Amino acid sequence: MIERRPVANAFGHLMLVAMIIIVAFPIYLAVVAASHTIQDVSQTPMPLLPGAELLTNTARALFDGPQLVGVSGATPAIVLMMNSLIMAIAIAVGKIIISLLSAFAIVYFRFPLKNFFFWMIFITLMLPVEVRIIPTYKIVADLGLLDTYTGLVLPLIASATATFLFRQFFMTVPDELVEAARIDGAGPMRFFWDILVPLTRTSIAAMFVIQFIYGWNQYLWPLLIASDYKYQTIVLAIGRLIRAPDAFYEWPVIMGMAVLALLPPVLVVVLMQRWFVKGLVETEK
Amino acid sequence: MAKVTLKSVKKNYGPVKAIHGVDMEIADGEFIVIVGPSGCGKSTLLRMIAGLEAITEGEIVIGDRVVNDIEPADRDIAMVFQNYALYPHMSVHQNMSYGLRIRGMDKANIEKRVQRAAEILQLQPYLQRKPRELSGGQRQRVAMGRAIVREPSVFLFDEPLSNLDAKLRVQMRLEIKRLHQQLGVTSIYVTHDQVEAMTLADRLVVMNQGRADQIGSPFDVYGNPATTYVGGFIGSPAMNFLSCRVETGTGGPKAVLADGTALMLPAEWTPPAGNYTIGIRPETMRIARPGETAQLHLNVDVAEELGADTLLHGKLGDEDLVARVPSHAGYHDHSRPGLMIDIARAHLFDPESGLRIAL
Repeated sequence: MIERRPVANAFGHLMLVAMIIIVAFPIYLAVVAASHTIQDVSQTPMPLLPGAELLTNTARALFDGPQLVGVSGATPAIVLMMNSLIMAIAIAVGKIIISLLSAFAIVYFRFPLKNFFFWMIFITLMLPVEVRIIPTYKIVADLGLLDTYTGLVLPLIASATATFLFRQFFMTVPDELVEAARIDGAGPMRFFWDILVPLTRTSIAAMFVIQFIYGWNQYLWPLLIASDYKYQTIVLAIGRLIRAPDAFYEWPVIMGMAVLALLPPVLVVVLMQRWFVKGLVETEK
Repeated sequence: MAKVTLKSVKKNYGPVKAIHGVDMEIADGEFIVIVGPSGCGKSTLLRMIAGLEAITEGEIVIGDRVVNDIEPADRDIAMVFQNYALYPHMSVHQNMSYGLRIRGMDKANIEKRVQRAAEILQLQPYLQRKPRELSGGQRQRVAMGRAIVREPSVFLFDEPLSNLDAKLRVQMRLEIKRLHQQLGVTSIYVTHDQVEAMTLADRLVVMNQGRADQIGSPFDVYGNPATTYVGGFIGSPAMNFLSCRVETGTGGPKAVLADGTALMLPAEWTPPAGNYTIGIRPETMRIARPGETAQLHLNVDVAEELGADTLLHGKLGDEDLVARVPSHAGYHDHSRPGLMIDIARAHLFDPESGLRIAL
């Protein structure tokens, strides 16, 4: 659509700039806070321009972890981030595999109660983790999966959203393609791997981005499952740091950790943006 | 290569009968075209031969195997689809070789077959391209290449040219014809385009609501349509159908049309007197020469100039009549030419059943 309305354009730009400032300012502040010494940050008013200590502070966060006066022990961010990474990747990959397979079953096979199962899956869309958290916790605890990666990942791995998205995509694949593959002699799994999965790859990429961020940002579930610091995720650890009572916070290091926690999701989005957008807007046929 | 036999093949979708029982013998190397309007069951029939649709009743034999319960991949057939059905993420080469790779054929052999098919179809420069980088005609050739490399005993074509523009369609039609002459593989071709049907077919199957109304050579189907339906479907413009009453008497049989015009029928025709539908092809009529007594006069509503010919659309009583005359005849809208009919090429049909009366 080509419209020439300079006033509306200017207004639109103004709004966008304002919104970007609102969103970006706290992040900027976190970066600034991470770049000063603890003395500088503790002053009022806090400095608004970046200092010189960014690398030192983030390196400390990464390898030592913030020391809380009055609280013993610290977990270096590198361990926490590794846990987060394992959890986010396992959730994203697991969700994609399970959703692809279940969407494949729902679209391409006839089996008893097919519609019933589809609607069962679909209904769980309306039940977020928080709603079913107590029974889920009970099951995971009974299975002896507390403080394990399996316990962190498994309950979050089934995804109605992804199943639904892949189902919608599969339904747009022309029937002739299935028939051509049948005549070529491709069995169901062959068809799935050789034709369906390659065709779905942009949607898979989009799903990976969404689910990676979902997994990375998980807070409540790790909070319940991971009491051992070895299994704690970075989001959880940041939350815990600022809730220590009567402690003297090492703010620059904490902020360094927060900035570090931002990086992997940003990296995933930046690296996969082209695919992500393609997957959401385009059906490649 | 193989012959294909259909024995009272039927297909029901629940209570709906799609195919009412088709019997057909297709000889080895024959080019059969199944033609009919949309919804007549022609694609269903083809898909049953391919194995993509289950057979409700009857038997399909390819070669000397009953294939009713054999998977499409094992029927020794190859199919070309209307929308090409190429795998969009594979190159032309991969598209053509996919079926062979699944069968576990060795690389050298695959390469040989793909190269040969590419050579036949002039696809060598495009082997590494993706389907979306090709034009419609090229895609269609890739779809045919995919069928050729399998070296099947039967080719199945499901309206392969209907997505192409008119010029390309004529060209691809010729290519398919040449390909068939070159390879000599039994082919079954479904189309709704009667020109394709007439030009390609060794034999033609005209389908009408799940039945094969007529199976015969294009010349036979055109010249001696078995039913009014076939006469109306094959030929453009369609055969004219006029209701008439046949009277026998001194001077031989004659057909009296609704407006009172009496046409003398050939003396050797001996239909019993009664009501009939007479079928007259537009091209069997001509303008009466000066001095001739015209057999009928047509009130022309519209004269359609086609270049080589003019179509005179008019009414005879209440019934429409179209005559095809050379374009220099000089008749225009609202003229009233006198016409002569080559009555030996007309046909009488039963007005109830639409079946042609054997004379």
